[in-house]
Amino acid sequence: MANQEDIKQRNWLRYTKLYFVISFIFLVSGVYAIFSWGLPLGLDFVGGAIVDYKIQNGEQIDSLKDKFEEIKIQIEQVQTSEDRLSIKTRTLNNDEQKLIFEIAKDLGIEQLSLQNVGPSVAPEMIKKTAIAIIMAGGGILFWVAIQFKKIIFGIAAILATAHDTTILIGSFAILGKFFDAKIDFLFVTAVLTTLSFSVHDTIVVFDRVREIQNKHGGEIENVVNRAVTETMRRSIINSLTIIIMLVSLVVFGGATIRWFAAALLIGAIAGTYSSPFVAAPLYVKLSRLQKKLKKK
Amino acid sequence: MYKNPIRRLFYVFVLSILALAIVLPSKIKIFGQELKRQPLNIKFGNISIFRDFELKRGLDLVGGSHFVYEAKTEGLSQEDKEMAMSALVEVVSQRINLFGVSEVNVQRASYEDKDRIIVELPGIFEPQKAKDLIGTTAQLLFASLNGESLIPTEITGADVANARLAFNSLDGSPVVGIEFTPEGAQKFEKLTEENVGKPLPIVLDGEVISAPMVQEKIAGGRAQISGNFSIDEARELSIQINAGALPVEIDLIEERTIGPTLGAESIEKSVKAGLVGLIAVALFMVIIYGRFGLIANLGLVLFGIYTLALYKLIPVVLTLPGIAGFILSVGMAVDANILIFERYKEERKKGSSVQYSLELAFGRAWDSIRDANIATLITAFVLANPLNWSFLHTSGPVRGFAITLALGILVSLFTGVFVSRNLMRVFIK
Repeated sequence: MANQEDIKQRNWLRYTKLYFVISFIFLVSGVYAIFSWGLPLGLDFVGGAIVDYKIQNGEQIDSLKDKFEEIKIQIEQVQTSEDRLSIKTRTLNNDEQKLIFEIAKDLGIEQLSLQNVGPSVAPEMIKKTAIAIIMAGGGILFWVAIQFKKIIFGIAAILATAHDTTILIGSFAILGKFFDAKIDFLFVTAVLTTLSFSVHDTIVVFDRVREIQNKHGGEIENVVNRAVTETMRRSIINSLTIIIMLVSLVVFGGATIRWFAAALLIGAIAGTYSSPFVAAPLYVKLSRLQKKLKKK
Repeated sequence: MYKNPIRRLFYVFVLSILALAIVLPSKIKIFGQELKRQPLNIKFGNISIFRDFELKRGLDLVGGSHFVYEAKTEGLSQEDKEMAMSALVEVVSQRINLFGVSEVNVQRASYEDKDRIIVELPGIFEPQKAKDLIGTTAQLLFASLNGESLIPTEITGADVANARLAFNSLDGSPVVGIEFTPEGAQKFEKLTEENVGKPLPIVLDGEVISAPMVQEKIAGGRAQISGNFSIDEARELSIQINAGALPVEIDLIEERTIGPTLGAESIEKSVKAGLVGLIAVALFMVIIYGRFGLIANLGLVLFGIYTLALYKLIPVVLTLPGIAGFILSVGMAVDANILIFERYKEERKKGSSVQYSLELAFGRAWDSIRDANIATLITAFVLANPLNWSFLHTSGPVRGFAITLALGILVSLFTGVFVSRNLMRVFIK
C-alpha cells in the first residue's frame, strides 16, 4: 500500500530541458524589452506632474488640450482608460497649478487628482527603492540560508526568485511600451511581494525535499520528483485562490490600482511556475555539479 | 491526544463575538431597538487609550492633500536646526488648526541632510488655499522711514497678541485688526509718538504691504493693517500672524491631491473586487474539498472578522493599496488550510486512521506554513518601515499595503491553523 504513491509519481524532471527553454524565452524577451525600450518609469522616479480628470466625451479631451496650449504648458503624455483622462506635464509651480485648476472649472470637467513631484524627489526615490530591495532581498536570502543549511537549496531558491523578478520587470517594460503601464513605487512593492511569494512557494517544495531525503533517502532525482508530485496539487490550488483574488482586483478594482494588481498577478503566476519548474530542477542540476566537483 | 477541542472552539466563539462587536457599525437597529457601541476610553496613570472603533481611511480614500515641504536650514547649527524644525511643525499645525481643519497630520522627516515636513490634510478640496496658508513665511515687521530708506523697528508679528479679520470703518474694505501684547503696545505707542506726521510702513516677508500715515500717537495697543486685501487674504494673514511666522522658509517639493469622488469610487470598486473574489474563492474551496472546504470557508469568514477588528483596534489607516493587501491576504489565508487538507488526504491514502492523519497533517504542514510566511513578513517589515528609518520610504500607501499584508498573514496563521484544526477535530470523524 505504502509504495503505491511512489509508483504513481510522475517523472517531472524528464522535461527539465523544456522548462529551461520556456524560462529562457521569457527571460530573454523580458531582458530584450528592458534594454531596447527601457523601463517605463512613472512620476515617482522621474518627477513631473499628472492631472487626472473624469471625462464624458472626446470633445472634452480636445478642449482640455487646447486650454493647456493656451497657458503654454506642454503636455508630455495623455492617457485614457474608461472615463479617466490623465495628462502628464513637467513639474508645475503654484501659479501653473492654479491655472490648471481654473481650466477644469471653466470647462466643467471634474479634476479628480493632481500629483506634482519636484525634481529633487526622484533621485531620492530611486535610492530609497534600491535600499528597500537590498534590505528585503538580503533579509530573505539570510532566512533561506539559515533555513536550509545546504547552500545549494539557497542558491536554487535565489535563482528562481531572480527569474521571477526579471520576468515581472521585463513584462512591465513590454506593458509600458504597448499599454502605457508605469513603474512607480507601488510597482516596486509588487516586485518585493513577488520576491517573497516566490520564496514562499519554493520553501514549501524544498521543505518536502528535505523531509523525504531524511526519511527515505534515495537518488536525488527520485526525491525531487516525489516532492514535486506531492506539492503540486497544493501549489496549484493555493496559487489559484490567490490568482482568483488578483484577477478580481484587476477586473473590478478600478483604474487606480489596476497596474499594481496586474504586477502582483504576473508575480504570483511566475512565482508558482518557478518553484517546481525552475527551483527544483536547478537544485538537481546543482547537486550533481557539486558531486562532480567533489569527486575531482 | 486531543486537548479538548470543544473548549477551544468555545474560546474562538467568544473571541469572534467580541471581534464582531468591534466590526459592526457603531449603531445598529435590531427589532426597532437601537444598539449603540460606546467608544473605549481608558486612562491609567500616564497612559490613555481612546478607540472609537471606526475604520480610519487614508487620504487616497477620503480625498485630501499630501504636501512635502523642504525647509531651508542650510547653514544653521545643529541646535538651531532642531529648534527651527520643531517650531516649524508647531507653527504649521497651528495655522491649519486655526483654518479649521481637524485631523491634520504634520510630521517632521529628514533625508540625508535635508529637513522636511510632511503635511497631510484629509478632506481639503481647496489645495491652493491650503498651500498659500502654509507656505507663506508671514514675517510681519513694523518699520519707520528715514528719508527714503526703511528702518526696521523691534516690533514684529511676535508682539501681536491677536489678529483677526476686520473691516475698514470708512470704506468697508477687509483689513486685519491687530491687538498688541502689553509690551508690544508700549513699543507701538513709543514708535507712533516718534513718527507723528510720517508714514509707518508695515512689511510682510520683505514687502511693504501698507504705509499708513501716523496722525497721532496710538495708545491702547490696537491697530489695523490694510493692504488691498480680499476677505480671504485678510483672513489668511490674520491666521498666519496668530500662529506666528515660519522660523525658516519652506519649499513645496511634492504634492498629491486627491478629490473626494475618486476616493469614494475607489472604495466602491475595491469592495466589489474583494467580494467577487471572496465568493469565487469560497466556491472554489467547496468544489475542490467538499465539507473540508466549508471548514476552510468558516475559517475565512472568521479571518475577515478578526482582521477588520484589528484594523479598528490598532488602528490601521486603510489606503487603496492597503485594501489590495487585504484582498491578497484573503487569497493567501486559505493556504494553510490547503496544505493541511492535502497532507491529510495523502496520509489517508496511505491507510492511516482519520485521527492520526489529521494530527500528522497539522504537525507537518505547520513547519512549511511557518517557514514560508517568514519571507513575506520580512518584506512587509521593510515596506512598512515601522521604525521610521529615514533611508527607507515612509510612503503612506505602500505602508498601508505592507501592514494589511502582514496582519493578514498573522491572522491567517491563527484561523488557518488553530481554528480550523479544532474545527476539524470536532467535525471530521
